[in-house]
Amino acid sequence: MGARLDSAAAGTANYIDERTSIGGFVKFFARKLFPDHWSFMLGEIALYSFVVLLLSGVFLTAFFVPSMTIVEYDGPLATMQGVEMSEAFASTLHMSFEVPGGLLMRQIHHWAALLFTAAIVTHMARVFFTGAFRKPRELNWLVGFTLMILSLAAGFSGYSLPDDVLSGNGLRIIEGVTRSIPIVGEYISYWIFGGEFPGEILIPRLFTMHILLVPGLILVLIALHLFLVFLHKHTQYPGGGRTHKNVVGLPLFPVYTAKAGGFFFVVFGIVALVAAIFTINPVWNYGPYDPSPVSAGTQPDWYILFVDGALRLMPGWLFDVIPMEWEIWGYTLSWNLLVPALILPGLFFGFLALYPWIEAWATGDRGEKHVLDRPRNAPVRTGIGVALITFYVVLVMEGSNDIIANLFHLSLNDLTYFFRIGIFVLPALAFWITRRICFGLQRKDRELVLHGKETGRIVRHEHGEYVEVHEPLTDEERWVLIQHDDIAPLEIEPEFNDRGVRRKGYRWDRFKQWLSRIYFEKRISPVTAEELAEAQHEHGHH
Amino acid sequence: MSTTENPTEHGPEGSEKQNGFENPGLPYHRPRRADVDPKADKKAERQVAALFGVSIIGTIVAIGSYMALDMTDEIDSIRFVNMAIGLGIFLAMIGIGLGAIHWAKTLMRDHEMVEERHALRSSDEGREGAIQNLKDGVEDSGLGGVKRRPVLVGSMLTALLAAPLALLWPQIGNMGADWNISNFGHTMWRKGMRLTRDPDGTPIKASDVTIGSAFHVIPEGLNELEHHKIEEKAKAVVLLLRLDPRDLNLQPGREDWSFDGIIAFSKICTHVGCPVALYEQQTHHLLCPCHQSTFDVANGAKVVFGPAKRPLPQLPIAVDDEGYIVAQSDFHEPIGPSYWTRLHDTSDGLHADDDTEGSSH
Repeated sequence: MGARLDSAAAGTANYIDERTSIGGFVKFFARKLFPDHWSFMLGEIALYSFVVLLLSGVFLTAFFVPSMTIVEYDGPLATMQGVEMSEAFASTLHMSFEVPGGLLMRQIHHWAALLFTAAIVTHMARVFFTGAFRKPRELNWLVGFTLMILSLAAGFSGYSLPDDVLSGNGLRIIEGVTRSIPIVGEYISYWIFGGEFPGEILIPRLFTMHILLVPGLILVLIALHLFLVFLHKHTQYPGGGRTHKNVVGLPLFPVYTAKAGGFFFVVFGIVALVAAIFTINPVWNYGPYDPSPVSAGTQPDWYILFVDGALRLMPGWLFDVIPMEWEIWGYTLSWNLLVPALILPGLFFGFLALYPWIEAWATGDRGEKHVLDRPRNAPVRTGIGVALITFYVVLVMEGSNDIIANLFHLSLNDLTYFFRIGIFVLPALAFWITRRICFGLQRKDRELVLHGKETGRIVRHEHGEYVEVHEPLTDEERWVLIQHDDIAPLEIEPEFNDRGVRRKGYRWDRFKQWLSRIYFEKRISPVTAEELAEAQHEHGHH
Repeated sequence: MSTTENPTEHGPEGSEKQNGFENPGLPYHRPRRADVDPKADKKAERQVAALFGVSIIGTIVAIGSYMALDMTDEIDSIRFVNMAIGLGIFLAMIGIGLGAIHWAKTLMRDHEMVEERHALRSSDEGREGAIQNLKDGVEDSGLGGVKRRPVLVGSMLTALLAAPLALLWPQIGNMGADWNISNFGHTMWRKGMRLTRDPDGTPIKASDVTIGSAFHVIPEGLNELEHHKIEEKAKAVVLLLRLDPRDLNLQPGREDWSFDGIIAFSKICTHVGCPVALYEQQTHHLLCPCHQSTFDVANGAKVVFGPAKRPLPQLPIAVDDEGYIVAQSDFHEPIGPSYWTRLHDTSDGLHADDDTEGSSH
């Protein structure tokens, strides 16, 4: 850098600093440390695909006409000549077939949206399984949770904008579900659609929601999410020198500026590659929305599939005798809609949102946790996580049951019967198996610490005994296997004090103890130094 | 900087014990090839520069494809232009990304550093100060303390809670159009209205409907509607089928709703409103592709499988003097999914057989 450039840079820096005191911020941020691990990139993928969504979305708004006014198609696409369609659909065709690169931008936008939701869910799973949601990050878990819900809203509102026959049927399902809400449902439906379905105002309303309201909220919450990450400093995986009181890593500038900044371009590049090669949402094959046609084997985008699966799973008649639609005092209560589309997702998401507190009640731990758990060391949490994923996957598979049936030549009805039982049995089974695997891995860890690594070298003792030589672990290897807490079930104060007076808050304590026993009654403790000394002593006798 | 790093000796963190073990401290720094071998260093530098070069080529490819390639009306040519631009963008982006990451991984200093964390909790003095400041503010304002002003507080809270209504009431009030939810209860079908083909609107003669065939039907005059055409179509679409009369079990009270094996049902699923579009001729089953509710047409379209609870509403039909199929009336119950006040729309006589044309909308 020339001296001239240096002095120009210094001058600019001085100019800005005198007006903003930015120097302090730069000092604070530039050498901020971040630990290194591949799983920390999942959240980054979500962030970067959101940036790609903003960039490609701006391009799309330049051509999209959010209007339900009916026009007759008059463009290059022969199959659509003279077909009546909304301006929204016509402008989607226009930008796809008459704007060079327009189709590419639509596909970049759609693929980035799928990646966005997928990255959020995977990132959330990483945070869940490593216990990164523990104190002090519970509130940031909630911010992230809200971002996940908003990403679904962003995805669904965008998916509906082209006003094609697929998304139109999706909206009609939303309308049916909305109307099933007791007392107010019909009015909410009128409120959303501006009258009867589909009305003439929905696309403009969804457009505003999709390009202003939802992304605005997402931006604000991303800022809050990242602010809290900076405030808390990043979590780290266990290892030598890493404690709950420090952070070990590389500085934001230059290492993470290059790595994370570079990773944005990698994400963008890969989305562009996928969008260039693979067609997604070819609305010109589906046609404009018309309430009459529908085709077999059509599915919503992946993130809504679980709701569709739940709607398919729920029988209209339980065991062919109990109706799932009740008529009471002249009013209709549709459990076959309320349960799968509202109550079930509500419980599922509600449990997810509250999970950090549920686990905090069980552990009774009030300290800040900055070193991540290895999933095996939290067998119940890991079991719950795998059970939730199994539950979700069963719904997704039921949402694709027609495609599975077709592909594997199975009966559609049998598949549904299977999943109806599976939705109860499989998550429980997954929990049980996962917990067992965690215990097994923990025992293996104990084995390694106590007796060292197998070397594959067999020696014969003088008295004829064959033994395999074990090599002790290094201090660093051992530390990773023994550094976690050995959490015992909560001990609570008795119900009555020594004067026989009933204690306030006893029932709540009992609940926490019950929860704690579920988590920690059965556990494998990490090896202690005494145990290791004893084991080594015994080895000495051989 | 007050940070320590890991090249020389074990750090001071080892003092913390867990399960009786000492924390071994930071591991030793392992030098990379470029750290020790100047040749490897030079090579990595060239690789990074080459990756940035890939990006520059990608940009040229993207802009060049946009300018040089023509889009014709052929879908293949459109796809090709988009693919060429897309591949250019891919190279332009991935070159920068991989270059920067390679630079960071091979050439930038990679000695791990340690920073202490501080408890997030404010200091005791900080907390006391905060509480005192708030107390002072409460005292100064009269929100509480010695000179408490309950009337002010009460009226302010009431005003604050009520004020959003000034904004929300007119807004929400306007968003539901006429709020006439009784529209859910009826469709445009009327006595004597012909059943016509979807989408061209040509009427159907009974003699056109052969046994085993199925027609997608819209009401006569739907295509000529000036307003609410799609809304009306969304409710009024019908499937017209003809079964062998021997297979058809007429439902009690509906013996005269069909004609010689020709029978008409609402096409809108009673589960959540998808069109029930798949007809299996052999079994007389209608299947909704959205959630697979299955209805048995031979038995009043009752549910045989899936999430729907109620049969598809039946449209009573007859044949007029010219041999065309006509409706006898509107449906006798609301079509589509269930809702809270569905039974009100069923039982209030809106759908009497003598309902005359044009009585609504």
